[in-house]
Amino acid sequence: MGLITPDYGLLVWMLISFGLVLFVLKKFAWKPIMEGLKSREESISKSLKMAEEARNEIKKLQTYNEELAEKARAERELALKEAKSLRDKIVEEAKSQAQAEAQKIIEKSRLMIIQEKENAQKELAQMASTLALEITEKVLRKQFADKDKQIEYFKDLLKEVSSKN
Amino acid sequence: MRRRLFIGLFILTAISLGGYQNVFASTQEKEKDATHNEGEKAKFNTVDFIFEHIGDSYEWHVLTIGHTHVSIPLPMILYSEQKGLNIFLSSKFHHGAESYKGFKWEHEGKYKGKIVELNDNGEILEENPLPWNFSITKLVLSIFIASTLLCWIFISIARKYKSGVNKAPTGIQNLFEPIILFVVNDIAIPSIGEKKYQRFLPFLLTVFFFIWFNNMLGLIPIFPGGANVTGNIAVTMVLALFTFVIVTINGNKNYWGHIVNTPGVPWFLKLPIPIMFIVEFAGILTKPIVLMIRLFANILAGHMVAIVFFSLIFIFGGIAVWAGYTISIVSVSFSFFMTLLELLVALIQAYVFTLLSAIYIGMATEEHHH
Repeated sequence: MGLITPDYGLLVWMLISFGLVLFVLKKFAWKPIMEGLKSREESISKSLKMAEEARNEIKKLQTYNEELAEKARAERELALKEAKSLRDKIVEEAKSQAQAEAQKIIEKSRLMIIQEKENAQKELAQMASTLALEITEKVLRKQFADKDKQIEYFKDLLKEVSSKN
Repeated sequence: MRRRLFIGLFILTAISLGGYQNVFASTQEKEKDATHNEGEKAKFNTVDFIFEHIGDSYEWHVLTIGHTHVSIPLPMILYSEQKGLNIFLSSKFHHGAESYKGFKWEHEGKYKGKIVELNDNGEILEENPLPWNFSITKLVLSIFIASTLLCWIFISIARKYKSGVNKAPTGIQNLFEPIILFVVNDIAIPSIGEKKYQRFLPFLLTVFFFIWFNNMLGLIPIFPGGANVTGNIAVTMVLALFTFVIVTINGNKNYWGHIVNTPGVPWFLKLPIPIMFIVEFAGILTKPIVLMIRLFANILAGHMVAIVFFSLIFIFGGIAVWAGYTISIVSVSFSFFMTLLELLVALIQAYVFTLLSAIYIGMATEEHHH
């Protein structure tokens, strides 16, 4: 077996072996491997695309959400403002109403007090006059129970009147 | 990890050296026995030693312990007109010492290393002494082993792609996927083009991994490696033949047009003597021949250098034992670095063969353009 003279036996076996390996690997290895690689490549690029789309979608959604939130905030602010002004108004109204009511009540009370006072004064006056009369009557009765004293009193009175004139 | 690998490789080299030393010991003793009567000192036959290790054989020598040869007998498949088809194990030859069924494994003379047919008197036939020999030799078995390994590995990888289509690659798939993609993206597509590369991809991938696997197996010093497969011209011839056939079959009009009537060349180079045609036609043949020789020579040289370093020990050892031991340090270190280099060469040669095949295919299928 020389170094540079190919041996035909080895040549034939090599031809058969390599041919067989080529056939087997082509059919059962390279084809599925290349298909697998291709499908993976496709799925990766698809996934990337989908992820990009999803990202865009999320971004869109986010801006939408933000807008919505902004809008809601503005609305809330407005509502709050309105509520506040309404509250103020109501409070104001209530205040003024209450004041008016109070005024009215005060007025009424004053009137009543005046009236009551007058009534009381009147009653007091009446009572006083009655009391005076009764006392006077009682005093008089007591004083004039004695005839001398009556004459004396009259004399004093007459004196008084005559001195005045 | 890298360090451990380094040490492992070193030990492996040392072990393989030990194996060769055993061979040497036995050879030396045998020769000593043979030459004892003549009173000559045993001489180490370097050439035989080298050629034994880079060549083919009818038995696979694993190692020798003392006088016991441990070798794997291989099936002989011989056909001759007189004796018909004969199939038997090479162990029947007892390493060439005996003849069997009228066949002999010659170790000397004109038919050295070949199987010859004997006549009834035990003499080599005068006419057609060589029977048709399709034996499963060491190299054939090595090719079978590499082929089985290739099929097993890549079919199991392919199964992974089938089962989990969109999964990340794992294990051995992860190891080979970048290499497969390298062959596809850096060899096939740039050389052949996006449109046509897929048709030639199975061949390119097979040839790449076939060469690479055989190169790597050749670096393992012990069975099932160590056979010099890709450093044998018959093997590289078949590989180059495949490239040649593929290029010739797929050559388009443009390709053949260039060969028959090369454009852009003065007419006097075509008529009356078709110099351009002869040159171009020679080119068709030289391309695969170059492929064949390059791979063969590179791998053969690698194996040869490794063996020569080992032989140095025995040559020096023949002069003085201490010289053999001293030179063994140098030899082991050199062999170790040669092995590292050969690891690289194994890949580079697979790459070069595949790349050139792809380029030749690309040239043959290129569309006409100016």
